[in-house]
This record gives sequence, structure tokens and C-alpha cells, in this order.
Amino acid sequence: MIRLEKRPTPSRAWSLGTPVLAVLLTMIAGGAMFAALGQDPFETIRIIFWDPLFHERFAAFSRPQLLVKAGPLILIAIGLSFGFRAGIWNIGAEGQYIVGALSGAAFGLAFYPSESVLLFPGMILAGILGGLLWAMIPAVLKVFANTNEILVSLLLVYVAEAMLASAATGWLRNPDGQGFPGSRNLARHPGTDNPELFAGTGIHWGVLAAFIAVIAAYVLFQKHMFGYQIKLAGQAPRAARFSGVNPGRMVLLCLGISGALAGAAGLFEVSGPAGQITIDFNAGYGFTAIIVAFLGRLHPIGILFAGLLMALTYIGGELAQLMLQVPAPAIQAFQGMLLFFLLALDVLSNYRIRIGRAAAA
Amino acid sequence: MIVDPVTLIVALITISTPVLLAALGELVVEKSGVLNLGVEGMMIMGAVCGFVTANEVHGYATLHEIVWLDRLAPTLAFLAGMAGAAVLSLIFAFLTQFLMSNQVATGLALTLFGLGLAALIGVGYEGQPIPEVAKPLPAALREIPVVGPILFSHDFVTYLAIFAVFAIWYVLRHTRIGLVLRAVGESHDAAHALGYKVVRIRVVAILFGGAMAGLGGAFLSVVYVENWVQGMTAGAGWIALALVVFAAWKPGRVLFGAWLFGGIAALQLRLQAAEVGVPVALLDASPYLVTIIVLVVMSSNRARAALNAPAALGKTFHASG
Repeated sequence: MIRLEKRPTPSRAWSLGTPVLAVLLTMIAGGAMFAALGQDPFETIRIIFWDPLFHERFAAFSRPQLLVKAGPLILIAIGLSFGFRAGIWNIGAEGQYIVGALSGAAFGLAFYPSESVLLFPGMILAGILGGLLWAMIPAVLKVFANTNEILVSLLLVYVAEAMLASAATGWLRNPDGQGFPGSRNLARHPGTDNPELFAGTGIHWGVLAAFIAVIAAYVLFQKHMFGYQIKLAGQAPRAARFSGVNPGRMVLLCLGISGALAGAAGLFEVSGPAGQITIDFNAGYGFTAIIVAFLGRLHPIGILFAGLLMALTYIGGELAQLMLQVPAPAIQAFQGMLLFFLLALDVLSNYRIRIGRAAAA
Repeated sequence: MIVDPVTLIVALITISTPVLLAALGELVVEKSGVLNLGVEGMMIMGAVCGFVTANEVHGYATLHEIVWLDRLAPTLAFLAGMAGAAVLSLIFAFLTQFLMSNQVATGLALTLFGLGLAALIGVGYEGQPIPEVAKPLPAALREIPVVGPILFSHDFVTYLAIFAVFAIWYVLRHTRIGLVLRAVGESHDAAHALGYKVVRIRVVAILFGGAMAGLGGAFLSVVYVENWVQGMTAGAGWIALALVVFAAWKPGRVLFGAWLFGGIAALQLRLQAAEVGVPVALLDASPYLVTIIVLVVMSSNRARAALNAPAALGKTFHASG
């Protein structure tokens, strides 16, 4: 008989090993899914994980896309990791991302056609502020009205989507756009654009911001009192309260940080890769970032790698769509599968597997 | 008058049915001490499995001219929706009950995976034909003014959902099964010590929750929208989760909450059509905003909100020894 025995402390080796194992298992299960769709599983997996980086024809185009897609994922996931560590669940990053993009773009367009060098920094601040304020709604309600932050943050995504639609068709619509929905193009206007900084790398200001966030979070978690308090609040809330950690302050800070970073990610996206506000501007980065945060074990360096890997599945998925006509949602199911395997394998880091009968105590 | 009250009431009962079913299922799951945040994913799986089944059976029956099979198609669709969502919930049950994974994270994974898988299954089915669902009550009853449409014009699943409110209330309150389920949800260690199979009871509850969410999803695609659209549940699963909190884990209040939500949703659709000058974005967002406001009102009284919440909600059970 197989029994599980709780480990006194989670195994370090397994907590590093499980993400790798989860990726391998997802490749096998995903391969089976692609086989069920009538594709050659080995070829599909190769197209998703190998070809975006090394294919002789496509790699030149898709390699820079890696950082373009990883940037927002890492930026949002770093923010989420603060709350997730403390047991505060912000799952509405998608909404904060939208509101950040909207407020940043609105700031930039308010001064149109100015090309001032101060414009872009102002847009970044507006984006951060937008995401921050949107995240403050569930935070304040949690602290002062005891409302569940999971539900409120998520429901606000739909409110943000309604705002996005009204912006794209109404108050931010391009006045010179012959009535088509969508704002002016920010990326093609000097002063409001977020350009590729080094040709051929895909690095824009948002990707740099993601790298800075990784380093800052690393220092904060390892060296700063605040990082320790977050960990304490997550693992032993009672002990945290006795040692003077204010739970309300924790909620406001964690949701604030994740909202600000998600808002920034939205602004960098709308002024760079996306270029403009459109009805379907949001591409689900806010939700995929949840998978990134878990896959990276809520650790900044882990999130960096996890973000790159998830970006790879996005690009590989698009490639598989192009080359094999694999339906687009397949990759979403594939990413969801990865999170399942990861959570399932966590049992190995928290429990020891014993085979045989329990010894009499 | 812009809005006719009778058609509004009829519409609100129809619109509230999917959320009501999903919320009732989740109520039973949470009463057993498990928090399943995957309702949205299970609902959309129910929607797609139901719609695909209805379309395929309809196609087959039309091709071979089998009239009775065509009439049976909606029933088969509802069963398929329930089965599809229950199978999906089985993944959640296995991970949280046998591998002791975090319920919040696993529920989120279920939603993300369900949305992807449903979209994948539904490729090519948008706008495909499905048979019309016959009304269970005779047409003559529907002709009665005011009372007829409000009471007698609904679909079988709608009546089933309202019956389920009473059934679940009765089972939870007055039967031994209900007592055991609540005991497991209040203190799994005590229930375990008394010899109840905590894991087994919770797995059954999770499957029930999945089937109910699946039926709600199938009703949405097969009866209400009569189409499959990617992401068509549009947060209904999350609203169902909010309703359980709003209702303080009481089935009767779930019904009230579902009707409140349905009322707002039906009213805002009519106001949009009538172009009354309220911004469309605000009307679109109103069901979600109202849900948030109601949640705030319900939760702010800490003592009362905590009174009815299952004490072991969301906690992992591991029988040592």
C-alpha cells in the first residue's frame, strides 16, 4: 500500500525538480492531446519548443518575440508573487493590465500631437497609477469590508473589459480613423512610442522593466524586512500578527505592487508591441502570469525562466498554428495542463512516499 | 413603457438558471469543506459538451430521419454537459483530495484549463444548428395572461433548478447524508475520527458540483443562447461563486441572489436596446458591479458572515496514521 508521510519541511531538491518534471510530463500529455487532434506529437512538440529558437527560416523572426512576450508575463508574475507568498490572491491582473494600458494611453493621447521627451515617462506613471488604483479596489474592500479579494479582483476584469470596449469605440477612438474602432497608434508617434531598444532583440522598455523587477524582488525577498514579513504572513499568519505585521497593510501593499506592475505591463504593451487600444487588446497575459508565478515557484529567478518558457509556448503555439493548422486554443489547454502537473507534483516536495504498512507507533 | 415587467421577469428567470445551478453545486462542494474556484471552467466545459452533443445528435437524426432521436437530443446534450464538467472536476478532486494540492491554485488551474479545452473542443461548431428544446408544459397554460408566461413558460431545466433549491435545502438540513456532509465541512478531523470517509465524501461532492455547473453551462449554450461562442460563460462561474458567499451558504438565498443577478442582467439588456442614455459600458459592467456591491454589503458584518461559513473551507485534509 502506498502512503504519504508529511515532511517536516518541504524538500528543496524536489521543489527545484518538480517544475522541470512538470514540463516534461506536460510535453508527454500535450503530445497525446496533439495526437488526438490528428497531429504527429513529436513534430508538434518540436515546433513548439525548438523551432521558435532554432528553425532556419522562422527563428530570425520568432527569437526577438520571445522577450516581447516574456516581458509582460515576467513583470506581472513578479507582482503576483508578492501576494501569493503572503496568501493574498490577486487573480485580476488582467483587469489591472487593461486599466494601466487605458490610463497610460489616455495620458499620452491627451497631449497629442506633442512629441515631448517627458511624455513617455508621464505615460509610464499614468499606467502604473491606473493599475495600482484598480488593484486598490479589492484591497480596500478586503481590509475595510472583509470582502473576498479573489472574487472582487476577478469580477473587476469584466468591468475593465467593458471600459476597454467603450474606450476603443468611444472616448479614445482615433478621430482620423474613419469611424473604425481603435485609438491612434501610439507606437508610430514619436514621444508616445515604446520602441525596440536594441535591433533584433525584441528588448523594449517593458522588458528592461521586467529585468529590473526581477532584481528588485530578489533583493527584497532575500535581504529586506518586508520580504521576510510577506513570507511570515503567508506561512504563519498568527505568528506574523504577534510580531507586529499589520495584515491590512500587507494586503494593501501586496495588491498595490501587483496592480502597479500589471498596469506598467499594460502601458508598455499598448505603446509598443500592440501599438494602440483596440477592443481585444488584452491577450490573457494577466491570467497566464498566474501560471508563470507558480511555475517559477514564486521566486524571482524562477519566474524569469518560467516567463521565458511560457513565452516560448505562445510563439511555438502560433508557429504550430501556422505550420500544422493546430487550433489556437490548443496552446491554452496546454498551458493549463502545465499548471495541473506542477500542482500535482508538489506532493513530492511536501510529502514523502512510503510503500508498505505503517509501523506501529 | 420601455420595459415590460412580465417579459422582464420571464427573462430574469431564464438568465438566472445557469448561475443558479452552478451556485447550488458549489454550495454543496463548499459545505463539504472544499473551495473549488474552477466553476467557470466546468461551466464552459458543460456548455461546449452540451452544444456539440446537441449538434451531432441533431445532424445524425436529421440524416437518418429518426424523429425520436432528434427529440431526445437536448436531453442527451444536458447529460453530456453534466458528464463533461464532472470529468473535468475529477481532475480537481484527484489533485486536491489525493495529492493534497492547494485548492485555490488548483481551482484556478481548472478554470484556465477548462477555458482552453472547451475552446479546443468547440472549434468549428460556432453557428451550427441544434434542435429546438420543447417546453414541458402545454401551450394552453402559457396563454393565461401574466401568470402563464411567468410560471408556465419555462424549460424543464429551469424547473429542475428551482426544485434543486428545495431538494438541496432539505438534504442538507434534514437528512443523515446532509449532516455527515456538513460535519466533514466543519471539522474533517472530527468526522474522520468518527469513521466517516472524508476524502470519499468530498470527491462525491466535487463531482456533484461539477455536474451542476455542467448542466448550467449546457443550459446556457443549448437553451438560452442556442449557440456556441468561445468564452461564452463570461464570468458566470465567478458570479456563482460570489452568490454562495452572498447567500451565506443557504440554498434559499442562492435562489434570491441568482434572481437578483438575473434581474440586473435582463434589465440592462433591455435598457441597452431602448437606448436610454446610460453609457453602454456601465450597463455591460452592471451585473459584475452589482455582484461586487452585494458581496461588500454581505461580508462587512464579520460576525454574521463567518457564522455560516464551513469551518474547514479550503483546508487540506491529510489523515496521519
